[in-house]
Amino acid sequence: MRVYVPRDFSACALGADEVARAIEREAGRRGITLELVRNGSRGLYWLEPFVEVERNGERVAYGPVSEEEVESLFDQNFLEGKEHPARQGNPEEIPYLRRQTRLVFRRIGKNDPLSLDEYRKHGGLAGLARALTLSSQQIVEEVTKSGLRGRGGAGFPTGIKWKTTLQAVDDQKYIVCNADEGDSGTFSDRMVIEGDPFLLIEGMTIAGLAVGATEGYVYLRSEYPLARRIFEEALERARAGGILGKDILGSGKSFFLNLYVGAGAYVCGEETSLLESLEGKRGMIRPRPPLPAVHGLWQKPTVVNNVITLASVPGILADGADAYAQLGVGRSKGTLPVQLSGNLRRPGLVEVPFGITLEELLFDYGGGTASGRPLKAIQIGGPLGPYLPSSLFHVTLDYEELAKVRGIVGHGGIVAFDDTVNLGEMARYAMEFCAEESCGKCTPCRIGSTRGMELMDKILSGKKAPGSIQLLVDLCDVMINASLCGLGGMTPFPVLSGLRHFPEDFGYAKEEVEPLLQKV
Amino acid sequence: MENGKVERKDELEDILQSFSRLANGLIPAFHAIQDRYGYVPKERLPEIARAFNLSQADVYGVLTFYHDFRLEPVGRHVVSVCRAEACQANGSAAVIDRLRRKLGVDFGKTTTDGEVTLLPTYCFGNCACGPSVAVDGKLYGRMSAERVERILHGLGVSA
Ligand SMILES: Cc1cc2nc3c(=O)[nH]c(=O)nc-3n(C[C@H](O)[C@H](O)[C@H](O)COP(=O)(O)O)c2cc1C
Ligand code: SF4
Ligand code: FES
Repeated sequence: MRVYVPRDFSACALGADEVARAIEREAGRRGITLELVRNGSRGLYWLEPFVEVERNGERVAYGPVSEEEVESLFDQNFLEGKEHPARQGNPEEIPYLRRQTRLVFRRIGKNDPLSLDEYRKHGGLAGLARALTLSSQQIVEEVTKSGLRGRGGAGFPTGIKWKTTLQAVDDQKYIVCNADEGDSGTFSDRMVIEGDPFLLIEGMTIAGLAVGATEGYVYLRSEYPLARRIFEEALERARAGGILGKDILGSGKSFFLNLYVGAGAYVCGEETSLLESLEGKRGMIRPRPPLPAVHGLWQKPTVVNNVITLASVPGILADGADAYAQLGVGRSKGTLPVQLSGNLRRPGLVEVPFGITLEELLFDYGGGTASGRPLKAIQIGGPLGPYLPSSLFHVTLDYEELAKVRGIVGHGGIVAFDDTVNLGEMARYAMEFCAEESCGKCTPCRIGSTRGMELMDKILSGKKAPGSIQLLVDLCDVMINASLCGLGGMTPFPVLSGLRHFPEDFGYAKEEVEPLLQKV
Repeated sequence: MENGKVERKDELEDILQSFSRLANGLIPAFHAIQDRYGYVPKERLPEIARAFNLSQADVYGVLTFYHDFRLEPVGRHVVSVCRAEACQANGSAAVIDRLRRKLGVDFGKTTTDGEVTLLPTYCFGNCACGPSVAVDGKLYGRMSAERVERILHGLGVSA
């Protein structure tokens, strides 16, 4: 008999380690033998710690379970799936999970993330095995055909990026995985690294075969210590298991992979800053061109991809590009692991094909606000993404459709706010965050963000200094058009969207701000 | 993380020796030094620069670029609280307020008795289970002003 308790950063923040220990202790005390497996999280975060019992291949879940409740679980015989106030039934039948289309997350929660045998048993390595039968060009074509776009933020077609690096001629090329996941409201990269680390390893190895790179790095943010421990262990096992190293799955081809831990700088998520940091330097943005695909790490051709982008690849190779491209809408193909957070009853990980409306995500999945108050606004696409009002919740999750309402997909984070939020204060926070994280290379971002904070203070103090809104809009205009990278260039999005949709939070009427917002 | 004085020189030297072999070893070396000492001792910067064949200005420049690295010792305990949006949406303002009041310090500062340092963090990736607070590296989710006060109490912070 197996009992699963997630070893996931959030589950552990809610006491999963203590629950796991209590289960072992209680089992020992009662003379029961069970196999405790620390799985990844299913992403039903309102139910964490989420304990699952498996008997004869059938699972019954209980959650949220506290350390104190463990005794009562045993008393009421949860090991036989019996009733208990925390009983949730078959986890896969919970509508939140059943209605998703999990491709990247297909395994997470089902198995021991660090067991290579289980990885294989649950379909792992099929993509790599197929890739080893193809030429580099064929792999790149397959990824291009799938329509996969980068999930780190910019949405650039992955196949095209890979083709550029494949065509670059050099003695050394690199695959770099961007696991900096700096966006607030996002955690899907973390969940993959903690819950299915071999998937990322497999995806990076395929990328290496595709472009002719034999070395790779995962650049992981330092705020994820558990992900670090799990990934280090996974690397060891992958090397020992012949998935990494000189002779990948006995093919004679090689790929070496290393982990590198960042040091707390949001801007290092931007790919050129990341490369500087990975070289051991200050994370200053590099001007482009040249593109990292041609002159990247140590000036060598380098593919930089997000964790979810790379983790999408094994499935695309295993199931075929067409299966992937059939999902989604328009030029937004496949699935996106959406991360729901903030003031929601059911926050969590929702992997669905593109094309779902924001409304369905927020209410059918998210269950509306946790506070029970009206859902006033969402921030979509991270701290540099805009705030959208409920009148836009009919918009679909789709790169192009969201762009039409000045929205972004970003890394797929959606943060919900109830009606106690003041968008003027959030605009001030956006400027403060930019000031805090600016790399300092260009003036609009370095100085502009501080000026923006001061302006917002003035505006929020209620003193309607004439022209201060005009100044704010002009400042945003300069930041958008004259910043070297997205930090300075996108900080105006949360600010201006707040002003556009919620002018009253800034102390102004719609008619007053509308003419000013024409040009931005 | 262990916190304390630099009593045995060779440990830092060991760290420098193993990381200076890597082309990109400076940042990992800072992490290792900080894991051992709690901060990067300023008086050792010349030695670090020499080991990596860099100027002191370069080494200082890298160190100060990153929020993680400190040139001053921290308190016996480090409390980091998430200031980012998803935690704000779940009421982190009250948690932050309570922390500041109970500790009597602002972000980046250590209590006068040297016990607790309060640091800001911009997201722990625990956004679905916020507000988030980490104490000496252990993360706590679904924090409230009351729960965080209990945690402080556990650290021996009264008042
Ligand atoms: C300020 C800033 C921060 C960024 N942070 C991240 C990040 O944390 N993770 C990430 O994958 N991409 C981030 N990006 C996007 C990267 O620059 C880059 O587009 C991405 O890593 C490319 O991978 P993809 O094509 O797979 O998305 C950031 C961009 C900017 C401008
Ligand atoms: S916009 Fe800001 S973060 Fe980006 S290069 Fe300029 S100063 Fe640096
Ligand atoms: S916003 Fe606080 S943990 Fe992500």
